[in-house]
Amino acid sequence: MHETRRLASFLRKYKLLVILAPLMMIGEVAIDLMQPRLTQHIIDVGIANNDLSTVLQTGALMVGLSIVGVVFGVLCGVFAVRAGLGFAADLRAALFRKVQSLSFANLDKLETGSLITRLTNDVTQLSDAVQMMLRIMVRAPLLLIGSIIMAVFTAPKLSLLFVVLIPVLLLIVGLVMSKAFPRFIKVQAKLDHINRIMQENLAGVRVVKAFARHRYEVDRFGRGNDDLRDTTLSAVYLMVLIAPVLMLTVNFGFVAALWFGGNMVNDGEIEVGALVAFSNYLMQSMFGLMMASMVLMRFTRAEASAQRVNEVLDSAPVIVASTTASVPAAPIGKVQFDHVSFSYSSESEPVLRDISFTVEPGTSLAILGSTGSGKSSIVSLIPRFYDVTNGRVLVDDMDVREWDETRLRDHVSIALQESVLFSGTVRDNIRFGRPDATDAEVERAARMAQAEEFISGLEDGYDSLVGQRGVNLSGGQRQRLAIARAIVRGAPILILDDSTSAVDVATERRIRNALAELNMTVILVAQRISAVVNATKIIVLENGRIVAEGNHEDLMTNSPAYQEIYRSQIESGVANGAA
Amino acid sequence: MGPGPGPGGPGARFKEAPEVKNRKETVRRLWQYLKHERLRLIVAVVLIIGTSALGLVGPLLMGRAIDDYIIPGDMNGLARLMLIMLAVYLGNSLLMWLQALIMSQVAQRTVHLLRTDIFAKLQRLPLRFFDTRPHGDTMSRVTNDVETISQILTEGASQIVSSVLTGVGVIVLMLILEPTLAVISIGSLVILSLVVNRYIGPRTRVGFREQQKHLGTLNGLIEETISGQRTVMAYNQENDRIEQFLEQNETLRQHSVRAQTFAGVVGPIMNFVNNFSIAMVAGAGGWLVVDGRTTVGVVATFLSYTRQLSQPVNQISQMYNQLQSALAGAERIFEILDEPDEIDAASHEIGHQAITRGEVEFRDVSFSYDGVTPILKHVSLHAEPGSVTALVGPTGAGKTTIINLITRFYEIDSGHILIDGTDLKDINKVELRRQLGIVLQDGFLFAGTVMENIRYGRLDASDEDVIEAAKMAQADDFISHLPDGYDTELTERGGNVSQGQRQLITIARALLANPRILILDEATSNVDTRTERYIQEGMTRLMQGRTSFVIAHRLSTIRGADQILVINQGEVIERGTHTELLEQGGFYARLSGSQSGGGDEEILRAEEEEELRAMARAQAQQ
Repeated sequence: MHETRRLASFLRKYKLLVILAPLMMIGEVAIDLMQPRLTQHIIDVGIANNDLSTVLQTGALMVGLSIVGVVFGVLCGVFAVRAGLGFAADLRAALFRKVQSLSFANLDKLETGSLITRLTNDVTQLSDAVQMMLRIMVRAPLLLIGSIIMAVFTAPKLSLLFVVLIPVLLLIVGLVMSKAFPRFIKVQAKLDHINRIMQENLAGVRVVKAFARHRYEVDRFGRGNDDLRDTTLSAVYLMVLIAPVLMLTVNFGFVAALWFGGNMVNDGEIEVGALVAFSNYLMQSMFGLMMASMVLMRFTRAEASAQRVNEVLDSAPVIVASTTASVPAAPIGKVQFDHVSFSYSSESEPVLRDISFTVEPGTSLAILGSTGSGKSSIVSLIPRFYDVTNGRVLVDDMDVREWDETRLRDHVSIALQESVLFSGTVRDNIRFGRPDATDAEVERAARMAQAEEFISGLEDGYDSLVGQRGVNLSGGQRQRLAIARAIVRGAPILILDDSTSAVDVATERRIRNALAELNMTVILVAQRISAVVNATKIIVLENGRIVAEGNHEDLMTNSPAYQEIYRSQIESGVANGAA
Repeated sequence: MGPGPGPGGPGARFKEAPEVKNRKETVRRLWQYLKHERLRLIVAVVLIIGTSALGLVGPLLMGRAIDDYIIPGDMNGLARLMLIMLAVYLGNSLLMWLQALIMSQVAQRTVHLLRTDIFAKLQRLPLRFFDTRPHGDTMSRVTNDVETISQILTEGASQIVSSVLTGVGVIVLMLILEPTLAVISIGSLVILSLVVNRYIGPRTRVGFREQQKHLGTLNGLIEETISGQRTVMAYNQENDRIEQFLEQNETLRQHSVRAQTFAGVVGPIMNFVNNFSIAMVAGAGGWLVVDGRTTVGVVATFLSYTRQLSQPVNQISQMYNQLQSALAGAERIFEILDEPDEIDAASHEIGHQAITRGEVEFRDVSFSYDGVTPILKHVSLHAEPGSVTALVGPTGAGKTTIINLITRFYEIDSGHILIDGTDLKDINKVELRRQLGIVLQDGFLFAGTVMENIRYGRLDASDEDVIEAAKMAQADDFISHLPDGYDTELTERGGNVSQGQRQLITIARALLANPRILILDEATSNVDTRTERYIQEGMTRLMQGRTSFVIAHRLSTIRGADQILVINQGEVIERGTHTELLEQGGFYARLSGSQSGGGDEEILRAEEEEELRAMARAQAQQ
């Protein structure tokens, strides 16, 4: 319960509700517990003395009390729901804010898919757990203990039965659970297994069909499916024992109560009504016990969720904001790498080694190299998505670590490799680059990114919805929108991180030409040599090192590495316009 | 189309169970599955009747114990009755256990059968199904929907039956024992419960529907923001996103409070109904005893029965919801099972024609994905055995479609496709695909070792054969540098090998399969120079002696081809060798020229968008 308890601070704001809800529950349970005593009164005082008015008065009292009880119960429900949902909303907001404050390195570690589950499913689990804690977790023990106390009051000698029954029940539940739990974990693993096969068959359907492997896949799935059935049954066989065995124990206790109680009535030690009340308390206490054990099972799930949520809350942004948070006097758009080395984590190999270069304001730099050579890593250091391991990255002659982070990112506009679109219109998505951009500026950026033509072909033009519920755009179209977004930003430094890979060569060239008209410092990462030939400077990366630097003509004469790339791409020719 | 949330959005999985469209039909088909378990079901029902009956006997015997033995003081009689009660309770638990055992078998076996059928069905569905349906939706049917059915079978079904039986039994016994008291007990309990359910039920449902809607929106926002988190950061949009989030979060909280408060007070109110009925029974019972019209034992029995009656009344309404979502789940599963199968020659009882030479011919083939926009128009082509055909043309011109037709992933609208002179429709699909090798640019790998992934090409290949194929594909080099060599575990997305390396593995896989006809998709824009050279060499070896169709991007490949087909707007507009086509000075010549300046990029984009639109329309029609 350690992880769950750590989240208790989120309940502090709802202190009053958290205190009131259990108090109300105490009221409700207390009234529930009075009912058998009052029944006893009807039997032993009213009926035994043929006293109709006692019978009716007590009956009326019971009705009255049950009405008071429902008030307590409903209030408890209302308070618990409010506390639980308030807790959920605050926790979710805290997580969301946390994620917004994290650095790229944190995101790499936490994984997108898992982060989403943590903010959605895990929070819901925990909210349910809080509500349960405030209600059932209070009710169950109260009912158990209260019933035992009332039973002792009603028939002290008979209450010795509890001494036998409770340990027996705990033993049975504990035994079955401890055996069944590991089996359920196995069931989960088997389920994951067949789900993975299913997933693979959906994603790789062309391969499965192309190799005519349906029989093989059906066999593979069949084995997993058999396995799942057998494992599930082995776990379920144990679980189905619990209810009948518990019932049997409780019922045997009940019979014992009747037997011993009957003898005591016979000996004049207790009245019949007391016996009826006692058996009632016996049943109620057992019910409380079963309820508690069921709730505990649910709580183990909440504990797992709490652990996952805490992991997010505990992660500290890797990049620490600059203490000086300064901004250079005049923005010019100069980028300089000074003996930069970089690795994604302290354990891993450096991806960049001793990188030095300068990009003068208004010029362009192209970074060429194979996958994994470190191109994207270089550009992600400029807006300080990551911190260098050694050396310095300077923007406008100031170390990026001294820059005010927000101002730095306004200064450097980057179109990332993955072109993400958000729900909204085409216009909203371009304007994401600068929320106060006018329509004319948005359209100009779209024109420069060669996106205008396809946008006007869309049914609603710039107002067409894209993203989750919008139209499907091709990879090249998404990339062009991402580029337009980067352009509309109007930042002195523009970085395109391989963001034209799905755009055909001719269009790419026109985008480049349009960019050249802007007075911006442009840094572009590319695979295709055709994209880099016009750059002021080209650097060629290999295994995290610069192996060649210069313009196209220089490199064609001096650099064997560049010549090799040129030969492999140009001479073999890229015949089709689009990749 | 990748897996994950489709057009329905991420909120889809939080949606409430939709109405069951055709309840009768769904129940009938579910019964087809349960029919196999008929014997078990009959036994289970008998056992449920048994437990319900024995459960009713307990309180009856207790009343007798009080009236006949405890009050008169007959301890010997009490002892005898106690033994009977022990036997009754023992029997009750025993039957309950057997019943649960049998029903869990029924559930697991039925669900097992359902899963088997779904998976087998997925193997028979045409590619169109997978291309037009979000994988996330299909996955959810196979996992969540099956799970709901399993739950209702394991617990729900027997609970409904035993609740009804217990309820009816209690009412009948009460009426026999003491009609006046019975009317009071049943009246206060059943009528109040119904009133509560009538009042709160619809309000809760409306509230929850609202809550789910807002939860879906909020989760959508979360999903979208986190998926695009890097972009959000790069553009300093964190605060804007937080604002949007907080607004939605608050809306959700308000709606949830409304919905869950209604749901949350049902428990205490039902508790009240229970207490109220017991008070009524105790009061009225006491009156009747004083009046001499009944006995203390009967009142005690009634107190027990009233408690027993409140349970089924509560459970039935809960179970109804569960049953409803299980039926909706079953309906969604049957929807998949009802999709038409891929057409297979095997069903025509012909198709045992073996493919020996690998000659491919298209005669006047036309095709459209959606039945509206023609993608291929009267295409004819002829590929000699062992020849290389390069398919060239702008994206969206129809190159991929030609491949989809040779592999018979899609059925043609008109014309004929012949392989070795036999109509494709008369060739068994298994045989066809055994002789077809396909290497796509996004080489798909299964979770498993490198060895297993290559062996997928020929399941009975020895380790040596696999390594031999890898060597031919130029993949051996990088594989031996992997941490565990051929035993390195690959993830589904192949995260631990690069895209180019994945393609090398798929080339090795195709080499191992040793097909007569090869289909290669060459584009390698994201591959580094060295790997690319390896891929080129691997592909060249792969093509030797096989009829090959290449969606070509490299001039070297195109130059070496025996024939080049230039496809534009769904038609073969030019054909011939590289030199012939250059001499013609047509579209191909211009296309090659467009590399160095000027050209037909307008056509390229228009084409691309046309094919996308056609696909989108086909999707929309689904």
